[in-house]
Amino acid sequence: MIDFLTNLPPVVLGLLKGLAVICVIFPIAGACSMAERKVSAWLQGRYGPNRVIVPWFAWMPFVGRGLQRLGVFNLLADGGKLLFKQDPLPGHVNKFYFMIAPAVAIIPAFTTVVVVPFGAYFDQAGQVVPLMLANVDVGLLAVFAIASLGIYSMILAGWASNSKYSFLGSVRASAQLVSYELSLTLSVLPVFLWVNAPGTVGSLSLARVVEFQSQPGFWGGTWFIFLMPVSAFVFLVALFAETNRLPFDMIESEADLVGGFHTEYGSFKWSLFFVAEYAHMTVGSGVFVLLFFGGWNPLPWLPIGTLFGWLGLVQSAGHVSYAIAIAQGVLSIAIFLAKVLFMIFFFMWVRWTVPRFRYDQVMRIGWRRLLPLALVNVVVYALLIAVIQK
Amino acid sequence: MSVIQVQRKPLTFAERTYLPQVFGGLMITLRHFFGRRVTLEYPEQRPEIAPGYRGVPTLVKDPNGREKCVSCQLCEFVCPPKAIRITPGEISGDGPSAHVEKAPREFEINMLRCIYCGLCQEVCPEEAIFLQNVYSVSGYSRDELVNDKEKLYQLGGTLPDRHFKWDKKQAAASASPIAHP
Repeated sequence: MIDFLTNLPPVVLGLLKGLAVICVIFPIAGACSMAERKVSAWLQGRYGPNRVIVPWFAWMPFVGRGLQRLGVFNLLADGGKLLFKQDPLPGHVNKFYFMIAPAVAIIPAFTTVVVVPFGAYFDQAGQVVPLMLANVDVGLLAVFAIASLGIYSMILAGWASNSKYSFLGSVRASAQLVSYELSLTLSVLPVFLWVNAPGTVGSLSLARVVEFQSQPGFWGGTWFIFLMPVSAFVFLVALFAETNRLPFDMIESEADLVGGFHTEYGSFKWSLFFVAEYAHMTVGSGVFVLLFFGGWNPLPWLPIGTLFGWLGLVQSAGHVSYAIAIAQGVLSIAIFLAKVLFMIFFFMWVRWTVPRFRYDQVMRIGWRRLLPLALVNVVVYALLIAVIQK
Repeated sequence: MSVIQVQRKPLTFAERTYLPQVFGGLMITLRHFFGRRVTLEYPEQRPEIAPGYRGVPTLVKDPNGREKCVSCQLCEFVCPPKAIRITPGEISGDGPSAHVEKAPREFEINMLRCIYCGLCQEVCPEEAIFLQNVYSVSGYSRDELVNDKEKLYQLGGTLPDRHFKWDKKQAAASASPIAHP
């Protein structure tokens, strides 16, 4: 089985891997919409959706009841509703762009995952092999480049809707994304300055950053959140703005713009925008975890290799055990996903805590607070790193 | 009284960064996350109805099981949305309270019109109509939502009575030979 898989042509193998990743990301993005409802309910002292149940599960003694109270089946009900309800196409829209905008939203959201590693295993030489679709050197640059394409869908949707609310929403969105992209990119510069020591081959690969955080020793095992808290803070705030989450929810701002860019959308096209938003959130949280929270390392100063050693999951020399490799991969993915899910919970937690900023406040925070902070941060760390690394 | 000018304190640097406030807010929402749920899960858990609640108007009987309404039609006249319709009638001659007072032959309250204002209860001289604690009204047709006399007595039941007007009336009627031929 394994030999058959590894002997497939690279294109087929890549397609299979891509499908596997999409099959994980899409349900996560969908489940996030459910989690959002549950988490918002819990944060407000409510129960949230807890009524829907499928008959076969209702016959199971305790499990069915537990799943029902968790609202798991509401996900199916929501999805079914969005899929089967009438898909309105207003008469005043520009039909072509109106139709393709949701697709334009979802393609970059799922494409970014290609360069994001989500786990690792050790081969028999003791080398870390990251689990990712494409371990390319552009790494993070590709994430930024592709993720920022997502804004085109919002501009398209807002413009093609031919409605003032949608249009204002998309105008705000484009201004906001341009403003915060600068801070986002500047905030990660110190990390890569530190990782790419002089004399080594330069790389923007995210897997490399995680490897750097899993070195032995005090300084090697330190996660970047401790080394560069300001970078992490600026990155996090800019990430909230880039993923259009509250308190930077300018693009939707349902209090003053009805629904922002998706005012005119309904049913499945509308839900595609949401899946795209949650996919952006998932990938953004993933990048944040990789850069600042040690990726798949379980604890600071505890690299995953040590954990594998404790659990006895070590490849013996001269003999390749697929079982051990798969166990290592699954464990590292589980650790990574747990961190990402906590970050998504954090996104929702902040959403129900901080009220939405006014539009001028968003611009002021972006240009007059965050950007200077990111610039000073880069300069200070560049000088420090130059002194330390010579 | 003199006006006291309160100096508005300038924000400290920490307050201007807004971060301590965000952190405090996060702690508050986290407390609610683990705190008690305040939702009432309605069909299984019912809210407690306070005394004086104005629910569905009902007709009540006195502790002797007699209907108190004498079909004076004051409630019908006072009803702002004209939800009440009364057809007055006599009490049949063989009953214990025959010829003492009148009683409604038919008494209908249209719950699609009723606004739960309670004026009927207030105006009733016989204390026969009360807005009680029934709050959930539903039906499949418009006709179903018109409560007739039988339904109104079923909803109303019996309330304690201090006057026993019927007994007094009957005693007076049997004492006087003119009133009771």
